[in-house]
Amino acid sequence: MSITPSSDYIIPKLKAETIVSLIKKGVRASGRGLEDFRELGIVTNYIPNADGSAFVKLGNTQVIAGVKLELGTPYPDTPNEGAIVVSAEFVPTASPLFEPGPPDENAIELARVIDRSLREIKAIDLGKLVLIPGKRVWVVWIDIYVLDHDGNLIDASSIATLAALLTARVPKAEVEGEEIRVDKSEYTGPLPMNRKVVTVTIGKIDKIMLVDPDIEEETVLDTKLVIAVSDDERIAGLQKSGMGALDKNEVLKMTELAMKKGKEIIEVVEKSIETSTREASAEQATRKLREDSEDTGMKGENEEETSQ
Amino acid sequence: MVSKEEKPKLIRDDGLRHDGRRPDELRPIKMQVGVLKNANGSALVEYGKTRVLAAVYGPREPQPKHISLPYRAILRCRYHMAPFSTHERKSPAPTRREIELSKVIREALEPIVISEMFPRASIDIYIEVLNADGGTRTTSITAASLALADAGIPVRDLVTGVAVGKVDGVIVLDIDEVEDMYGEADMPVAAAPSLGKITLLQLNGVLTPGEFEEALDLAMRGIQEIYKIQREVLKTKYLKVKVEE
Amino acid sequence: MGRKKAQSENRELVIPGQLIAEGEFKVATPNYIYRVGNRYYSAVVGLAEVTEDSLTVIPLEGFYYPSPGDVVIGVIRNVGITSWEVDIRAPFPATLYAADFLGRPINPAKEDLSDYLNIGDVVLAKVEVFDRTRDPILTTKGKGLGKVTKGSVIEISPVKVPRVIGKKGSMHQTLESETGCKITVAKNGRILIECPNKQLEEIVVLAVRKIEREAHIPGLTDRIKEFILKEKVRRGLLGGEQGGETEAD
Repeated sequence: MSITPSSDYIIPKLKAETIVSLIKKGVRASGRGLEDFRELGIVTNYIPNADGSAFVKLGNTQVIAGVKLELGTPYPDTPNEGAIVVSAEFVPTASPLFEPGPPDENAIELARVIDRSLREIKAIDLGKLVLIPGKRVWVVWIDIYVLDHDGNLIDASSIATLAALLTARVPKAEVEGEEIRVDKSEYTGPLPMNRKVVTVTIGKIDKIMLVDPDIEEETVLDTKLVIAVSDDERIAGLQKSGMGALDKNEVLKMTELAMKKGKEIIEVVEKSIETSTREASAEQATRKLREDSEDTGMKGENEEETSQ
Repeated sequence: MVSKEEKPKLIRDDGLRHDGRRPDELRPIKMQVGVLKNANGSALVEYGKTRVLAAVYGPREPQPKHISLPYRAILRCRYHMAPFSTHERKSPAPTRREIELSKVIREALEPIVISEMFPRASIDIYIEVLNADGGTRTTSITAASLALADAGIPVRDLVTGVAVGKVDGVIVLDIDEVEDMYGEADMPVAAAPSLGKITLLQLNGVLTPGEFEEALDLAMRGIQEIYKIQREVLKTKYLKVKVEE
Repeated sequence: MGRKKAQSENRELVIPGQLIAEGEFKVATPNYIYRVGNRYYSAVVGLAEVTEDSLTVIPLEGFYYPSPGDVVIGVIRNVGITSWEVDIRAPFPATLYAADFLGRPINPAKEDLSDYLNIGDVVLAKVEVFDRTRDPILTTKGKGLGKVTKGSVIEISPVKVPRVIGKKGSMHQTLESETGCKITVAKNGRILIECPNKQLEEIVVLAVRKIEREAHIPGLTDRIKEFILKEKVRRGLLGGEQGGETEAD
């Protein structure tokens, strides 16, 4: 049963009025422009035990996406494809309004919107995740963990999911007849991806559109439209979320703005992965160098010993 | 049941759809209001083989009482599929899909219900999908809107739903289950037709911006057609009452 | 400006979202009409009446929403220590305080309220208070109010109450004068009927049902007059309001 929310985040009315009147003038309480995202920080490989992961900080909203590949059976209607499962947890650390317990309608909606944005466009090349056709496949578990809620959870989660998928690797699996031996200490390569997708949430107040609403702005929005945008500039999913209504021109304006912002966000994600991979490989290289020199050092000592 | 391997041809060589409809053609639509005695308002709506019953209770005291709001009535909405409504039996326990759809359907109705008139009360909307053949959420919205009107709950407009889609590259109106399953995109839309306000918009699939605009236009045209039937059925309930001699 | 355009014919059947008129009007039934700019739309299925300067929509479906001063017929639903909970067909149960009903303070330690009013008992009462913070509170102080001990109660859709009463009470008068029954039409769609005999009561019930069914078709009062006459003929009650000798109990 879905019920009109009664315990929504409450802000002082005066503050709400200020936010609205500022937005109507084209500015936001934080000083951001209407089409500006908040500062976006992405840390990939954040969870060492996951096969792919990312920590995303969007303003003060913090989200982790963890990707794990586990053996499973394919869906009967897609016997020659791997499977994906997206779940979201609104952890009680994230807000005084979040209670422990099974995911509520908001968490379910978030997970399903992200699931559809990946599934329909075949963002993951599931055909390459088959171990024994019709019987054993990789299941890509995507778990979204909302740690701190300062608005726009869907976009933050979608960005984290994309970053986690792009850095995820497929564990080594040896197939012998019906037997499969998985060795997670080794990876056969990156998770095969076809497309990059992010969601862009556009909020509406009166006639004004804005991107990346924070939690205070969310309380004054008439409604939101979540638009999944792919790197080949198609619309990979839509979801009107919230109580208000939109007219057709508003919807078209929103999708247009989302296409533009989505492209930018995908570039940011790509860059940050590039940087962190470079840093990681640089670090790896230095570590290797150090280990090498330690080795030679040791050798030297030994040599010295032997020479003595 | 059809399995994924044997994807049927969704657009035939003559340009018509697998069931013989034109791309911009609705399925046969049937509507009835006041079908339940106990509910304050009710409606039974059919889009082809999709059949949905909606009942409205209230405004009434919310259960539990503490969920009430001091300045408006709350809406409580449940979208539920009957166990026999699908090809394979569906467990009656609510699925994640049903939880999400209950939310988006409620949010599609919130903008039209004049809830400010009834502080602290609850308006309960119960939707039962009796037979599912695609477009169940949009059929549900059409039915729920009729049930609200039948209950006499003041609303700004009716709400009408229809799903458009892309099948074999063609944008089509009012997709059924086969088209939903094998098509490239399913886009449910609901709108308040007199006000021109879209109250539900989802896209499950992939469209270019151009295709999206075409699909949205087609949906709005379909909504106007269905809206005519909705209006008719609300009026007919009274017009068919004859003076008894 | 000042030009007004009626978008619907008089007493037209309207549905939610239907444009009724454009311009500047006085809205007689604000709960059933809403305005966007200078356009007026119906919010319910009802009959729209547009005059020179005012708009009315009489709903054909609906429920009872209390307002102070309404005379209602309630059914006791629960007996408390100092008050009764009363069903008045509203979104919220009403409260009737024992002190109000009995006209004196009560001693909860010694008195059991079910001795005065028990579950299922019927009261004729007035809504004293109802606002957005409190559930309705009833009073039985006033002429004719209190426990109902005779007659029978029927229920109609609360939105049909104005039709049973009629313009300036005309329908109500017709019903009473043509049958000789005492009829109390409460705002919440409950009607108390006290008749000299069962047959007349039957006729009143049938007439009320007819009003309910045909409320949106003009010429109702005349049809009801005819109807009652016909029913009386059929029952051999013609010529007298009493019909004492045909009493069939």
